[in-house]
Amino acid sequence: MAEIEGGGGGKHKGGKKRGKKLSTRVDFTPMVDLGFLLITFFMLTTSMNKPQVMDINMPIKDKTIENQPVPASQSITVILTKDDKVVYYFINQEGEPEPPIITDFDSRKGIRNTLITENAKRNKYLDSIPVYKKQMTDGIIDKPTYKAHLSAIKNYEKGLIVVIKATDESRYKNLIDILDEMLICNIGRYAIVDVSDKEKEMVKNAQPTN
Amino acid sequence: MPKVKVPRKSTSVDMTAMTDVAFLLLTFFMLATKFKPDEPVIVDTPSSISETKLPDVDMMMISIDKENRVFFGIDGQQKRDSLLDMISAKYKVAFTESEKKEFSLISAFGVPVAQLKQFLSLPSAERSKIKQPGIPSDSLNNELGDWIWFSRLVNKNIRVAVKGDQSTSFPVVKQVMNTLQDKKMNKFNFITTLERGAE
Repeated sequence: MAEIEGGGGGKHKGGKKRGKKLSTRVDFTPMVDLGFLLITFFMLTTSMNKPQVMDINMPIKDKTIENQPVPASQSITVILTKDDKVVYYFINQEGEPEPPIITDFDSRKGIRNTLITENAKRNKYLDSIPVYKKQMTDGIIDKPTYKAHLSAIKNYEKGLIVVIKATDESRYKNLIDILDEMLICNIGRYAIVDVSDKEKEMVKNAQPTN
Repeated sequence: MPKVKVPRKSTSVDMTAMTDVAFLLLTFFMLATKFKPDEPVIVDTPSSISETKLPDVDMMMISIDKENRVFFGIDGQQKRDSLLDMISAKYKVAFTESEKKEFSLISAFGVPVAQLKQFLSLPSAERSKIKQPGIPSDSLNNELGDWIWFSRLVNKNIRVAVKGDQSTSFPVVKQVMNTLQDKKMNKFNFITTLERGAE
């Protein structure tokens, strides 16, 4: 150990005095424990994925703006009712509502099916959406261009117009679901409108799809 | 027969590599973390295919839980400060400095202005325990409208996010939407979670 070597002592046994070699190894186990504890803490408190949002544009509330009549042949009225059911009806040539049909949000045979077929009947540009999409993935057009094309197609003036009416029995989830269907079915023209008393009556008489 | 001697090995493992990994991960999480704002209620948002992300800044958040209570929150401590000043001027409720400080620290609340003073005087641990009644948003007493309006004055670039629970009933959502429209906020966002496997 630490020792001051004396001056003239000739009694050394030859060889030098060596300090005992201490091992340089430190036990890291507690440090690892601490590290993982902190990792766990941060993992639990972190909000990694940000929530998604859906954009909604509501019309300006202004009494001076007249409500534009919706072209009858282009419009479908979708009424959200209780128990996650949806009632929809069209308006025929004479301006009279056709018999309402009751359905749900099933992704195969629910409202989506109707919206897709009806929109495809009216919007002849729908077919080009996959083409543009492929062009974007292939790098021929960039994302803003794709978005511009998509929005132009969605808002095509002869496309389907959806009038969304939610009754007081419906849930918030139903509203989001129907707005989601608008995205899925590439419908750019829709509006959320208050439900009228006449339509509340219609809902009661709605028939399920055959 | 001679016994085969198994050489005794030391049981101690070199922990250095593990420490390295642990601290690497720790550093990553520390840098990537943004603390979850504590929310007064749990809101189970509906899913959609929308992939737009929620922006971080200039947001006010209106949450509606499944009991149809309305909560309000705005980002930024200074903004909360000036928002509270405006509210206290309008409702003639004076807040002490410590109450103002408390208000600037909470991310969302759901009490009427009349109860706000009492709510802020509670210690923060108790605050999370009591049941907040929600902000009145009906046409008789639309305090939510004032909160929205003053938030717009505080921050003119503010955006609105509406976070509703799946089973929130529609009339409440309609009320909130009407209030937003009255306050000329015609563009707003609904917060959703990403739907899996939908195309």
